[in-house]
Amino acid sequence: MRLLLDLARGMLTRRLRQTLVSVTGIALGVAFFIATAAIMRGFQTYFVTQIIDVSPHITIKDETRRPFAQAAELAFPDGAVLVHGIKPRDRVRGIREPVRKVAILEAMEGVAAAPVLQGQALLRYGSRDVSAVLTGLEPERHRRVSNIEKDMISGRLEDLRRAANGIILGEALAWRLGVGMGDTLSAVAPSGTVLSMKVVGLFRTGLQGVDQGHAFALLKVAQVLADRPNVVNQILVRLADVTQAEPLARQIEARFGDRTESWEEQSANILTVFVIQNAIMFSVTGAILLVAAFGIYNVISTVVIEKTRDIAILKSLGFTEGDIQLLFLVQGIVAGLLGALVGCLLGALMIEGLALIRFGTDTPSGQGQFLLDRDFRVYLMASLFALVAAAVASVMPARRASRLDPVQVVRGAA
Amino acid sequence: MTPLLEVRNVTRRLPEGAVLVRDVSLALRAGEFMAVTGPSGSGKSSLLYLLGLLDRPSSGEVLLEGQDTARLPASDLAALRLAKLGFVFQFHFLLPEFTALDNVLIPIRRLGRLHGGAARDRAMGLLEAFGLADAHQKLPEQLSGGMRQRCAIARALANDPALILADEPTGNLDSANAAAVFDIFERLVREEGRAVVVVTHDPVLAQRATRQLRLVDGVIVEDTGRG
Repeated sequence: MRLLLDLARGMLTRRLRQTLVSVTGIALGVAFFIATAAIMRGFQTYFVTQIIDVSPHITIKDETRRPFAQAAELAFPDGAVLVHGIKPRDRVRGIREPVRKVAILEAMEGVAAAPVLQGQALLRYGSRDVSAVLTGLEPERHRRVSNIEKDMISGRLEDLRRAANGIILGEALAWRLGVGMGDTLSAVAPSGTVLSMKVVGLFRTGLQGVDQGHAFALLKVAQVLADRPNVVNQILVRLADVTQAEPLARQIEARFGDRTESWEEQSANILTVFVIQNAIMFSVTGAILLVAAFGIYNVISTVVIEKTRDIAILKSLGFTEGDIQLLFLVQGIVAGLLGALVGCLLGALMIEGLALIRFGTDTPSGQGQFLLDRDFRVYLMASLFALVAAAVASVMPARRASRLDPVQVVRGAA
Repeated sequence: MTPLLEVRNVTRRLPEGAVLVRDVSLALRAGEFMAVTGPSGSGKSSLLYLLGLLDRPSSGEVLLEGQDTARLPASDLAALRLAKLGFVFQFHFLLPEFTALDNVLIPIRRLGRLHGGAARDRAMGLLEAFGLADAHQKLPEQLSGGMRQRCAIARALANDPALILADEPTGNLDSANAAAVFDIFERLVREEGRAVVVVTHDPVLAQRATRQLRLVDGVIVEDTGRG
């Protein structure tokens, strides 16, 4: 094997410039792969953690996925009965038996649950009206399912209990209304009830939709405002293990019958965008590596043609077809390995370079720079990809070399 | 005693139908120095490649030390070439990226019987014997034509083969160097008891061999060693 490596080195250095070009090709492919993966994954990871952080992992809603079964359908389950376009019966909306369901959820391991009543409210301050989503919550329970406490910039969640009708607003929402801490505004519910509420806290999550349009009050207060006493329309669930959200959501839905959405389902549109983003990234960097692989194919092919005599003499000396094939395969793999190595270094440099870039404007996340993911597995994956590409590219010329008939060559040279 | 190499009724036909070697039989013993002569295209080289297990006969048998090689897989033939045969061609075929010493070391390292210092000593010994001791660190392009061919012979002898096969080894050499190469062959036969087969055009040099084989159109027309 040492001998084959020595021979491979001799042949590659002979075509030094060409070898360097193809090694550079591989290195660039690997480096771009690493750098783009760092940007994409950094951003995506940030986004996903933000979603996981801000929104509940599982939301149980006061809806069902399918309309309630009609009497005719129940009576003839196998019959050719089709009922659609039914006007919903007037019934009290909300999750049935919320206390029992919360208790069942809380009994599970690694699960925290909190009931809320979420509804629209018109917030009025002076002549200014802003419509907002008002969430009624129980601070003690809510703290365990949401990280909103962390995002409070003034006041605390418990302060809701201090004032008679306390309300916590998103920073941007407060700014739009023109209210500050301690100011009193009017909240008007679709039912027509009006409450005057005192601002006891402000929060900033970094997600604009939330900061501009969300407000929190006590559950009881929200129920009074909406004129829906004792009604809860969502149960928010937070898990110790986020990856369990989807299976657990299905389990809960099967058990309770209420529509239950995991965070993946709620953010499906964004996650789909990520999938497409990744596909684009992989195909672009894959194309670079593919081109680089052709470079390697080219070098090895040239070496094979140029080294016809050497191959013939090696075979006449007693090298087997396998030896010859390995000899050229090794050259491809060495080129791939060098490319991967240089590419990893270059990629790391590119990441550090990207880390220095400042955008000058505040991005919504308040970062003003690239969010970079420095995961060693990306390096590993890129290197592996480069190696495989290089090996595959050199297989064909290597086989051609191994099949060379020394008699033909020796005759031609004589 | 089993002959070192024996061919029985060997015919080599090209796929297109042309016959290179027709129904040749001969036996070669250790210590024989055989020159193969004949006009161009008479099948001298083809016969040499058959003897050297580089090519397979279309029919007939080639026995190396009594072992029939016809049915052996290519890798076994390669192993036999590596351990028992040495080739010298008209062109030296030294690997241009490697020094004279490294070129001689290639077959030794491939066989793997000698390692490190022992392998190096063996290679150096061969180079010394052919007056190349001072040139062992030189690349083939830095050597003269005669030195290159001597280096190629040293490489052919690297694994101590019983049989040396040379195809026009003096074709690219001046008469002094050509004579030197034949001196070496004579020494290998007389002092070391090896067998040497040389294909050559040169009738004067051919006379220095102990046995003459003359081919015409792939058929043996004269063999001084027969009987």
